[in-house]
Amino acid sequence: MTEEPPILRMAVVFGRLLRRTGLAAGPDRVVEFMRALEELDVSNRDDVYWAGRVTLCSRQEHYEMYDRAFKVYWEGKEGLKFLGPPRTRYSVTMHDDSVQPPKKSVEKGEQGEEAVTLRYSPVDVLRKKDFAEYTPEEFAELYRLMADIGLSGALRRSRRLESASRGRHDPRRSFQGAMRTGGEPMRHRYRKARYQPRRVVLLCDVSGSMASYSRTLLRFMHAGVASGDPTEAFVLGTRLTRVTRELANRNPDRALRGASGAVEDWSGGTRLGDTLKEFVDRWGQRGMARGAVVVILSDGWDRGDVEVLAEQMRRIKRLAYRVIWVNPLKAAPNYQPLARGMAAALPSVDVFLSGHNYESLEELARAISGAAGQDR
Amino acid sequence: MPPGVSHSGDLDERLRERSYLAGEGLATAIFLALKLQRPLFLEGEAGVGKTEVAKVLSRMLNTSLIRLQCYEGIDVNQAVYEWDYARQLLHIRTAEALGATEDRTHFEDELYTRRFLVSRPLLSAIEHKGENPPVLLIDEVDRADDEFEAFLLEILSEFAITIPEFGTIRAERPPVAILTSNRTREVHDALKRRCLYYFIDHPGLEREIEIVRLRVPDAEEALTQQVVRAVQRLRNMDLYKPPGVAETLDWTEALVALGAKELDEGMIEATLGSVLKYHEDQQRALLQSLQFLAGS
Repeated sequence: MTEEPPILRMAVVFGRLLRRTGLAAGPDRVVEFMRALEELDVSNRDDVYWAGRVTLCSRQEHYEMYDRAFKVYWEGKEGLKFLGPPRTRYSVTMHDDSVQPPKKSVEKGEQGEEAVTLRYSPVDVLRKKDFAEYTPEEFAELYRLMADIGLSGALRRSRRLESASRGRHDPRRSFQGAMRTGGEPMRHRYRKARYQPRRVVLLCDVSGSMASYSRTLLRFMHAGVASGDPTEAFVLGTRLTRVTRELANRNPDRALRGASGAVEDWSGGTRLGDTLKEFVDRWGQRGMARGAVVVILSDGWDRGDVEVLAEQMRRIKRLAYRVIWVNPLKAAPNYQPLARGMAAALPSVDVFLSGHNYESLEELARAISGAAGQDR
Repeated sequence: MPPGVSHSGDLDERLRERSYLAGEGLATAIFLALKLQRPLFLEGEAGVGKTEVAKVLSRMLNTSLIRLQCYEGIDVNQAVYEWDYARQLLHIRTAEALGATEDRTHFEDELYTRRFLVSRPLLSAIEHKGENPPVLLIDEVDRADDEFEAFLLEILSEFAITIPEFGTIRAERPPVAILTSNRTREVHDALKRRCLYYFIDHPGLEREIEIVRLRVPDAEEALTQQVVRAVQRLRNMDLYKPPGVAETLDWTEALVALGAKELDEGMIEATLGSVLKYHEDQQRALLQSLQFLAGS
């Protein structure tokens, strides 16, 4: 075996260090990094820096982590403490939400039918019970139920065409068919626009006032993201955090741990207007909210300037196909949108729902798919 | 790789000769893309010069630029190839009239030969014959849908296209592939993994002044300085759409066209539409007082 040059060994170890900081640079990327180093001057710090940045990063957000790791590893100026806590520790832990595999609801035994009725009744109660009053056991039950809610955006006409029995003439396939019948186009083929679900963008407020609901709503967002239809998820605190990637993990526990790890300002205050502005500026206007179903899950308490919130809601309204606001407080009898933020946002909201219990989440799923009415 | 370029610094120099200021990072990215024959994936705000990279590269490498503008619903028949069914039918008719359809299998094979295949941009890039491999620009790949990204995977990793009726067409020399994205949607990791990645940011003050000098040489030096300073102020102003370098150049050109020697309030008011494209942004800029923008 030939001695490998030290620079290549260093590249491999650097790749490992990056993975520990959370920048997932796979072995193929590290190989690419080594190939790049061969083409450049490895004694030149800048060459090594740029080679790594071009090959090991694949999104702008990686640059900051990369820069820090590069400083530590190749320049040795700062101690390892700057790398932050290792991946397995999180500042926020989520309790009581482990998921058990779905129980067989009926255990075939001597009692037979009785077992069915016994189990049926609590579920029915659960459907209407306010999340804030749930016991840990009931949460476990709820999460099992939640897996049944499919989130799928209202349909829109796609530019992609599919074959159909009538519609636009499809010369390509007609001629293709003609090839089989000796060049005689016996049957004409047609195609028409395909319908596909719109993107669903979920924005969940996790400020202190939403504490009794945010955990469940986050779980709901996970069900949506994991369903496979185009869905984006964000958490609104004092800052905006995108959690789509974290929630895409099929294992709900791991997904939620990942998401809560990504959020730094759990249960802090909200500046709803400012965080929504960040959403529209960075993501919404560029295309994510365009023609999408935008769902905001929040009680509408905003400590910032309400005019900012009202303006951002108008922007979202102009971009989105439908704006749905879910406010758990709405469930209270005689609810009035007294929170100033809520009042400012309402004119730009198409559907206003409560989202405080299972039944209302089902209603939300219907509103997202476009079946529910446009009432406020 | 153009002759005489052995380091990313040389490449930066060559790009500058063709009025493109890349800077060290982007120059290294392009250098590596050429050297390792890898596609280069460029992300960044609108108007920072992503598409321009492909254009300047094709000029520098003295080769053709093949551009594929992505859009939702784009499919193989629009991006890669299509059989020319009408010509095939005509061929059958002619052959029948001449009585040449006797040998059926031979005749059928003839129908699926290269001359009945219509090239679309990606096939053109793979088949390109010329002294230098072409520059293939796949613009705004984020606008296409997932299905289309899957087609790109084979083409960008193997530089080959498989056509079921025909076989695999392989590029003699891989094209220089540049992909751009405005980030309206996250492009799939599998696609990014096959590319080198570079995020183009807005340039700093000095570099932007240099860019304007290079691209709008007719502008007075004082005007150039003022415009760039104004644009940099606008970028810090919390606008819906902060102006990119493209807007800076448009604005300078507009001012030059109006015969401006330097930036004053009247001129700003008359030309603001070439740099700010949202009504709200214009109002916000006007509120900030034009004096502030003009820097006086």
